[in-house]
Amino acid sequence: MSTTPHSDGWPAGASSPPRRTFDVVVLRQDGPGRESYWERHRVEHEPDMNVISVLQKIAAQARTAEGKPVAPVAWECNCLEEVCGACTMVVNGRVRQACTALVDRLLAERPGEIELRPMSKFPVIRDLVVDRSRMFETLKKIQAWLPVDSYYDMGPGPRQSQESQQLAYTLSKCMTCGCCLEVCPQFLKIELAHKPGETDAAFEARQREAFRRGFLGAFAIAQIDLFNTNPIGQMNAHERLDALIAEGGVQVCGNAQNCVKVCPKQIPLTTSIARAGRAATFHVLRKWFDR
Amino acid sequence: MARRRVVVVGGGLAGLSATMKLAELGLDVDLVSLTPVRRSHSVCAQGGINSVNHLTRQLGDAEWKHFDDTVYGGDFLQHQPPVKEMTEWAPRIIDLMDRLGVTFNRTPEGFRDQRRFGGTLYARTAFAGATTGQQLLYALDEQVRRWEVAGHVRKFEFWDYLGPMLDDHGVCRGCVAQDMVTMEIRALPADALVIASGGCGLVFGRSTMSMACNGSAASRTYQAGVWYANGEFIQVHPTAIPGADKLRLMSESARGEGGRVWVPRRPQDPRPPQQIPEHERYYFLEERYPKYGNLVPRDIATREIFNVCTREGLSVEKDRLCVYLDVSHLPAELLDRKLGGILEIYEKFQGVDPRRTAMKIFPAVHYSMGGLWVDYERSGNGGLRIGSPRNHQTNIARIFAVGECDYQYHGANRLGANSLLSCIFSGLIVGPSVAAAIDAGDDRVAGSAASLAERSVYAHQSRYHALLARDRGSENPYLLHQELGKVMTRAATVVRHNDDLDRAYAEVLELEARAARCALSDTGQWTNQNVVFTRALLDMFPLAKTILKGARARDECRGAHFKPESALPEVTATDPAERLRQAQAWCDRFEANNAQWLKTTIASLSPDGEPQLTYQEVDTSIIPPRPRLYGVVGGELIEKVWNQRQTQREAAVVPG
Ligand SMILES: Cc1cc2nc3c(=O)[nH]c(=O)nc-3n(C[C@H](O)[C@H](O)[C@H](O)COP(=O)(O)OP(=O)(O)OC[C@H]3O[C@@H](n4cnc5c(N)ncnc54)[C@H](O)[C@@H]3O)c2cc1C
Ligand code: SF4
Ligand code: SF4
Ligand code: FES
Repeated sequence: MSTTPHSDGWPAGASSPPRRTFDVVVLRQDGPGRESYWERHRVEHEPDMNVISVLQKIAAQARTAEGKPVAPVAWECNCLEEVCGACTMVVNGRVRQACTALVDRLLAERPGEIELRPMSKFPVIRDLVVDRSRMFETLKKIQAWLPVDSYYDMGPGPRQSQESQQLAYTLSKCMTCGCCLEVCPQFLKIELAHKPGETDAAFEARQREAFRRGFLGAFAIAQIDLFNTNPIGQMNAHERLDALIAEGGVQVCGNAQNCVKVCPKQIPLTTSIARAGRAATFHVLRKWFDR
Repeated sequence: MARRRVVVVGGGLAGLSATMKLAELGLDVDLVSLTPVRRSHSVCAQGGINSVNHLTRQLGDAEWKHFDDTVYGGDFLQHQPPVKEMTEWAPRIIDLMDRLGVTFNRTPEGFRDQRRFGGTLYARTAFAGATTGQQLLYALDEQVRRWEVAGHVRKFEFWDYLGPMLDDHGVCRGCVAQDMVTMEIRALPADALVIASGGCGLVFGRSTMSMACNGSAASRTYQAGVWYANGEFIQVHPTAIPGADKLRLMSESARGEGGRVWVPRRPQDPRPPQQIPEHERYYFLEERYPKYGNLVPRDIATREIFNVCTREGLSVEKDRLCVYLDVSHLPAELLDRKLGGILEIYEKFQGVDPRRTAMKIFPAVHYSMGGLWVDYERSGNGGLRIGSPRNHQTNIARIFAVGECDYQYHGANRLGANSLLSCIFSGLIVGPSVAAAIDAGDDRVAGSAASLAERSVYAHQSRYHALLARDRGSENPYLLHQELGKVMTRAATVVRHNDDLDRAYAEVLELEARAARCALSDTGQWTNQNVVFTRALLDMFPLAKTILKGARARDECRGAHFKPESALPEVTATDPAERLRQAQAWCDRFEANNAQWLKTTIASLSPDGEPQLTYQEVDTSIIPPRPRLYGVVGGELIEKVWNQRQTQREAAVVPG
């Protein structure tokens, strides 16, 4: 059996010194309702680093740049391929996925230092972890699913042109990351606290209600567009249109177009918003005539 | 009748399809997942999902051939009835996903489009752009949300499953889980438990898998007494992009379209690849396999790339193993049209344009064929009896397993685009099987249900508090995890040697002992990721030991498990008589080997944490095992000899 120096699997081994370091400043918060504070960490540079590998190093070091022992910075991630949406945060002032934020590029933008902050439109759970359950609640409100009869064998779905498949695929790549909400001037943070003596269930119900009255946001409008153009989805399109014209619906959008610029999946959000706006107007009129 | 409640652990394709089907059957589901289910690892699958279809059928394809490709590809190590049933369901599953709104690519006439994948001659693979797994997962996630709104599903997202609750008769009555935000540990009582927790790539440090694929749920179920089968069968993908955090898949299509694999002849030549002249490049796959070139089968490509770096010391970089995968010689127009999507991935993560310079790639752990042992009931026609409580039930009553964490469908090696299928299939069929098991079983919890919950929660709380109390240990869990990954990667991936495996086992024991002294850097009671990680690390050791022990014991080559010491001697002679003798000997060895090793490895943990191995016969009664000869020297002759033997044998059994 070979015992060459290279036989130790394929991890990136420690290379010979000297090593470059760079600083990472993180806006930390120990829990909901707590004060946030900045903390500086120092990390050794390695080839092919992204912000995730930086956070992994910070967790392993558990020490600030000054050498003070601290709890690891909390953050969320899963796929590390920019397809699950988990790792969204504000990196050097820009909302994006940490897994595709390459260290060398960030350092070229702003030498010596990387700045990490949690998204500002969602309640912070801890450090860089925010509570995005409002987005999932919104998906319930807009009935983002196809109302099929059953999961038994009923043959294939409807035929579809390449063009409409392309459109649907584009919309359906939305990974619920929340970038489009972070930059939207109309999408405001909703953060409630437990009232004294309030049960968990009562709190959750109150929170759900607040979420449901808040602005849907660009991603949800695009999802309505997706389901309402699907031949099966069309069958209950009116219910989604009701959500579109209800409180927090498409009328809230001020058409600032920030959302479309930051969507990592290049979803044509403003096109969907325009289409939804027209459908909503039409829906209001029809409801009025049908009275 | 009281409502029946099931806990499903995991919300990837398998867990979500199980949840949706259980809800349709009128059962209530508590769905537990480390991540919001919509962010589960299944979103990573790019390639597609296999089934026979209208088009391939008219070109001679049939469910039987999909079945045959799957068992042949798996080197006959899987029980055949479940595979037969799965391939028969496959066309219906694609239809169902189509109805659920998956945006499958279309032909100009509006039919679903299909592409061809490895291990078959037919274009069986349906796909949705470059993110098929994501699209399938979203469709299932949406259906589950519908059931959630209807009040049949409760989600426990950001919860860590800690283990099953077993009553005094050893019957499962739910599980214990921990809220990873508030750190509350809670009993989730239920009539049955379905584990759908995916693969265990993190046992190897870095892999192509997501961060939630740490194997913890499977390990905790295994530690509670469920058997772990065929653990040693780990698929390694030949081409991944090495990253500091993850090894990202580079699709086979790069080679399919003309990409060439090479290393500089001068070890660690410092020049940029495009400046290394043609004669100083070693196109090792093309030189060694003139017939297949860069398109040798996955396992061979993996082994050669591994060897050229480890044994021959020709890795492109000194500190890190990698070879060049070069498409820069191909016309830009072709690259953009055919490979645009995957080249973008490289550019996005490496910051380098592969149209201009060679990519650096290396094999990476990709899939676990082994997993929790599950049962099945064979039907009269050789498939499964759907609705049998045995299907996907483990050896512990009322614990079921589905998806990548079970061992059922892929034998010794998984074919591309077959996993998404097995995940959805197993999820769908476990529904009626769970319902039947609950209806046939006894409702009464042996001992008291309340005290069971209390006891179980207490046990997990004690473990948790003991971990938190360790703020002065001397070991760092993150660094230990890296070390574990190195040991496992070196000894138990592409090429396996018994001495390496022995050494690795000793090293893993040592790491396990060190892990018992891990210090926590966070001892708080709020969103403590440090303690969750450390606990997951501790639970990797039983799986690591099982993988190593299974590999050490299995003295043969089968599918992804390659041991040079046990390789059959090839037909190398030039003299025709001698060649024939060698081919005969090869066939004898092959049969003797099957008699000894065509068996499922079944591991159970003894009380001291040592895996104990036993072996179980494999049901190969539908398609008799035959040699996989792709790339074997003298393969044509061996095949001839083998076929003659089979013909003689068949003649012998004909009566009269
Ligand atoms: C990069 C890549 C590409 C692939 N491409 C293809 C392809 O093209 N075609 C194909 O057929 N296959 C492909 N595969 C394989 C396929 O994607 C997986 O096998 C499949 O998605 C696994 O699905 P699953 O439902 O079993 O588990 P997963 O999707 O991994 O989900 C596991 C679930 O379990 C949960 N979980 C895990 N542990 C715990 C715990 N302790 N407590 C609570 N919850 C827990 C997780 O949160 C998650 O929800 C690919 C794999 C990779 C890595
Ligand atoms: S266009 Fe509408 S949704 Fe988009 S950022 Fe502006 S206000 Fe928000
Ligand atoms: S629309 Fe784009 S930015 Fe918004 S959540 Fe979806 S993927 Fe993210
Ligand atoms: S970890 Fe999934 S998008 Fe970054």
